[in-house]
Amino acid sequence: MAADATTRAHALADAAIAGDRLALARLLTAVENRTPVAEAALRQLYPLAGRAHLVGITGPPGAGKSTLVAALLAEVRAAGRPVAVVAVDPSSPITGGALLGDRVRMQSYAGDGDVFIRSMASRGHAGGLAATTTAAAAVLDAAGFDLVFIETVGTGQSEVEVAAAADTTVVLEAPEMGDEVQAIKAGLLEVADLVVVNKGDKPGAQRTAAQLRAMLVPSVARGGPAVAGNDSNGERPTPKRPDVLVTTASTGAGVPELLAALDRHRAVGRAAITSGARRTRAAAQVQSILADRLAGRLRAPGLAARTAQVIDDVAAHRLDPFAAADLLLDAALGATSDEA
Amino acid sequence: MSDRPLKVLIAKPGLDGHDRGAKVLARGLRDEGFEVVYTGLRQTPEMVATAALQEDVDVVGLSILSGAHMTLVPRITKLLREQGQGEVLVTVGGIIPDDDVAALKEAGVSAVFGPGTTIVSVAEFLRSNAPTRD
Repeated sequence: MAADATTRAHALADAAIAGDRLALARLLTAVENRTPVAEAALRQLYPLAGRAHLVGITGPPGAGKSTLVAALLAEVRAAGRPVAVVAVDPSSPITGGALLGDRVRMQSYAGDGDVFIRSMASRGHAGGLAATTTAAAAVLDAAGFDLVFIETVGTGQSEVEVAAAADTTVVLEAPEMGDEVQAIKAGLLEVADLVVVNKGDKPGAQRTAAQLRAMLVPSVARGGPAVAGNDSNGERPTPKRPDVLVTTASTGAGVPELLAALDRHRAVGRAAITSGARRTRAAAQVQSILADRLAGRLRAPGLAARTAQVIDDVAAHRLDPFAAADLLLDAALGATSDEA
Repeated sequence: MSDRPLKVLIAKPGLDGHDRGAKVLARGLRDEGFEVVYTGLRQTPEMVATAALQEDVDVVGLSILSGAHMTLVPRITKLLREQGQGEVLVTVGGIIPDDDVAALKEAGVSAVFGPGTTIVSVAEFLRSNAPTRD
């Protein structure tokens, strides 16, 4: 890694920790763009992270995620706690462009240095977040924010990645979004630590909440713990048992109760820190970096030609893809040089 | 990293409620491959500057149809300079009399786009003039 990138990374990280918001913003840009500065900064900051409560907010488009985050910001700031938001919106699969509109609902905090809001484009990543969202949240964590809200793109049924990125996952539903069968399908609702029916002033909100409560109780066969993990034998993963709350984000109704529920979940999660989301997140980060490092070695001058040849052989059916993968893995592990 | 999308803040400072133009531009720049942060109506200069800082944007595009541009725009460019973002490209769109353009450029504005400007020409201007960064 270039020495000047490391120097610049340390300068930005030191300034960000000291409260320089422009340095923090520039670090987040480096993280998004996966520059050498980002890696050096993340290495410096990682030991400082792990103190903030990372709260994921997910749900379908238009359910009120941004409005709810704005209402939570007001509540958190009334308590004097420093708070950051990472809000992800989708990138165009055609042009790579993106419209990042989450700030529209959260803009009353100019001049309040203890609120930091950052939009991110998903940049082709499919799980409801950007590939670099976890790293961005770690930077904000290290910069001293007590709470970091991670707002996903509008999600459907299976974008569950936020559950690994956050300590506590809130799944937002709007009233009358479906019948009880929707509530027992596998996927998004399963990763919820809290389910919130927003737009509580709309007809049907209480009924939707009641249906969700009825359907999200633990199955008869096995009771679930408040925090998902493995059962007492450490064998089978156990489902979560989320509370169902009703909020009206536009008026703030139910929001204090939601923040109290988040704080309770934070306290429970601290006790089970290695069995829950944090361990999943650590594993996902290490695996992602491993894959990047491996790809980097295969692209490096010493192996690029060999890699291309092996791919050609698979394309021509002279070699099967499993044998090819083993071959390249052995070659990459033998290669000691750093990536180009 | 030269292939990363340029990040543009589209903001409507001041009190006029006519945001159709800003929305059309935001959507058009999205289609041109920009990452566009849209902040909505009735922004104070401080709100625009705060968003520009937190989002670390390359470009700030201001849409003003109220006639208040000679008050609002210099305050925004001053705030950007004060917070260390003097290199950010600032453009203004809306109803801006020709007589005011020179003064706006003096205040740090790179371009003024009036009615009839095509989105493609705005996109080309931004690509050619946005600051190069590491």
